[in-house]
Amino acid sequence: MNIVVCVKQVPDTATERKLRSDDKTLDRDAADGVINELCEYAVEEALRLKEAHGGEVTVLTMGPDKASDTIRKALAMGADKAVHLVDDALHGSDALGTSYALAQTLKKIGFDLVVLGSESTDARTGVLAAMLAERLGVPQLTFANKVEVDPSAAKAGSGGSIAIQRVTDYGYDRVEASLPAVVSVVEKINEPRYPSFKGIMAAKKKPVEKLGVADAEIDASQVGLANSWSEVADFAAAPPRAAGTIVKDEGDGGAKTADFLASKKFV
Amino acid sequence: MSEILVLVEHVEGQVKKVTLELLTLARKLGTPSAVWAGPGYSPEAKARLAEHGAEKIYVADSADVNDYVVAPKAELLAQLVSEKSPAAVFVAATAEAKEIAGRLAIKIDSGVLTDVVGVEDGLVADQSIFGGGVNVRSRVTKGTPIVAVRPNATPVEAAAGAGAEEQVSVAVSETARSARIVERVKEEKGARPELTEAAIVVSGGRGVGSAENFSIIEKLADSLGAAVGASRAATDAGWYPHQFQVGQTGKTVSPQLYIAAGISGAIQHRAGMQTAKTIVAINKDPEAPIFELADFGVVGDLNQVVPQLTDEVAKRK
Ligand SMILES: Cc1cc2nc3c(=O)[nH]c(=O)nc-3n(C[C@H](O)[C@H](O)[C@H](O)COP(=O)(O)OP(=O)(O)OC[C@H]3O[C@@H](n4cnc5c(N)ncnc54)[C@H](O)[C@@H]3O)c2cc1C
Ligand SMILES: Nc1ncnc2c1ncn2[C@@H]1O[C@H](COP(=O)(O)O)[C@@H](O)[C@H]1O
Repeated sequence: MNIVVCVKQVPDTATERKLRSDDKTLDRDAADGVINELCEYAVEEALRLKEAHGGEVTVLTMGPDKASDTIRKALAMGADKAVHLVDDALHGSDALGTSYALAQTLKKIGFDLVVLGSESTDARTGVLAAMLAERLGVPQLTFANKVEVDPSAAKAGSGGSIAIQRVTDYGYDRVEASLPAVVSVVEKINEPRYPSFKGIMAAKKKPVEKLGVADAEIDASQVGLANSWSEVADFAAAPPRAAGTIVKDEGDGGAKTADFLASKKFV
Repeated sequence: MSEILVLVEHVEGQVKKVTLELLTLARKLGTPSAVWAGPGYSPEAKARLAEHGAEKIYVADSADVNDYVVAPKAELLAQLVSEKSPAAVFVAATAEAKEIAGRLAIKIDSGVLTDVVGVEDGLVADQSIFGGGVNVRSRVTKGTPIVAVRPNATPVEAAAGAGAEEQVSVAVSETARSARIVERVKEEKGARPELTEAAIVVSGGRGVGSAENFSIIEKLADSLGAAVGASRAATDAGWYPHQFQVGQTGKTVSPQLYIAAGISGAIQHRAGMQTAKTIVAINKDPEAPIFELADFGVVGDLNQVVPQLTDEVAKRK
């Protein structure tokens, strides 16, 4: 099975994240870039599916040069190879542009299964997997906390079936489809492995193919900041929350809290 | 005024509060038309939508729309957009409705804004990003704006609308039928308000200590008419069901009041509750990051503080 896992580099949530004052896009230089947490779960799931059914795991990232750190991390976990979509023309793409660029690349490199995280910590749109399914015309199996692939899908191109548990407000839905398909995962699905020393060393030798917009047959008029479908008009730091009142419980903490709630008319 | 399509959120035939919020918001910017997708439409649902300003109600209540993941609803909305040329499409910023919005955006070649907390004239949207640290105003620049609005961002106001019904038939395409829902598993929920819609949420974390002890959180919630939430540590431990998890990978809530008991306030938890209007924290560790957000905090053992608070709330009713 030919599995492609889409991973994204995001600014470390533990550091202060900013927008750039010049073009109002995410300031990727202000904070350390790390792999989006949910993408680690996506990589782990891809690796487990490969281990169970055979095949190959390809990492796909769209991002600036420094996103290659994130690719190495996924390769160190055990992915076989990577495609790095990198081109200045892609800077500032919104979800529509990003999904278009990734879809074009996926069509070019081919896939039986595409695995994504269900959300990133920076954009938090949570729409990318649905958009990819729409653009690729393949089944959307998103918000999975469990993925089962039928073994007859073992050979690339042979189709096969897939089922997931899709997390919902009320519990979950069981969803069935056939391959090729797009899957997104939630963090309940697995426990991502730590790269071993051997894995880290091996990652250095794994092939990473760099593609530009033209290589991936991406129409440059559909990507980048100037061609986005939406724009940031302006932004400002949120006013800081006024410092709260913190009391130590002296046997009356509950009563004091009730006083506070009463003062705010909650009781 | 121009028409704004509002996709109705409903469970078991009941219109959810967020839809009334969206209708209220849409009324300020145009003329709202409700779009009902899936089975369960009823005269009660119609009345509720009309009471909150729906001038029209497009009804596509075939089972087909519901039996496949997301895609049929996007097709329905795309069909309505091409027939009615609305000024905008509003959906709730729930996981599923955002996906519908995403697919719709591609179908009609329009921009989409997610997790919006307010919409101003000219369809300029307010968003709160980076866990509440930055406020952004953004707008769609191509096509028909698709806006996913967070629950609890708009106070509901009633206002009569005509509620004129129009049946819509959708021919769900083969592609949209490719991911079939074969079973829906409902995890018990009880009588409490729904987490994302509740005005008050009381959440428990690892500090609660056990599944049994979550009853003290539930009692406090019930005394306040609140929903119960949980941190990931608590859902992972199996103390409380997953669908009640608040945070980056759980539900995003913006209630009037959020009470966190035995929760440290990790960044991933904060991402799901930071926009609550008032935050109360109970934690035995004075250094817990949750106190940085709290309007009121008690450093103490939740096993003492929470039951006392529950009693005090009951007394003051
Ligand atoms: C990809 C990813 C996604 C995640 N998504 C989420 C998410 O959606 N939601 C989420 O919540 N987390 C999420 N997390 C986990 C998050 O990082 C934290 O681990 C989690 O929020 C911690 O839960 P907690 O605060 O209950 O537990 P802890 O951090 O262990 O805190 C427990 C707190 O309880 C206090 N306490 C203990 N006993 C008592 C007592 N008797 N009385 C009073 N206080 C007491 C302690 O002082 C401590 O501050 C995610 C993590 C990852 C990697
Ligand atoms: N630039 C990108 N390159 C590769 N994958 C991406 C990119 N942006 C988003 N994704 C994927 O889409 C998921 C959801 O991201 P988002 O829509 O930004 O919340 C992520 O977990 C990734 O799997």
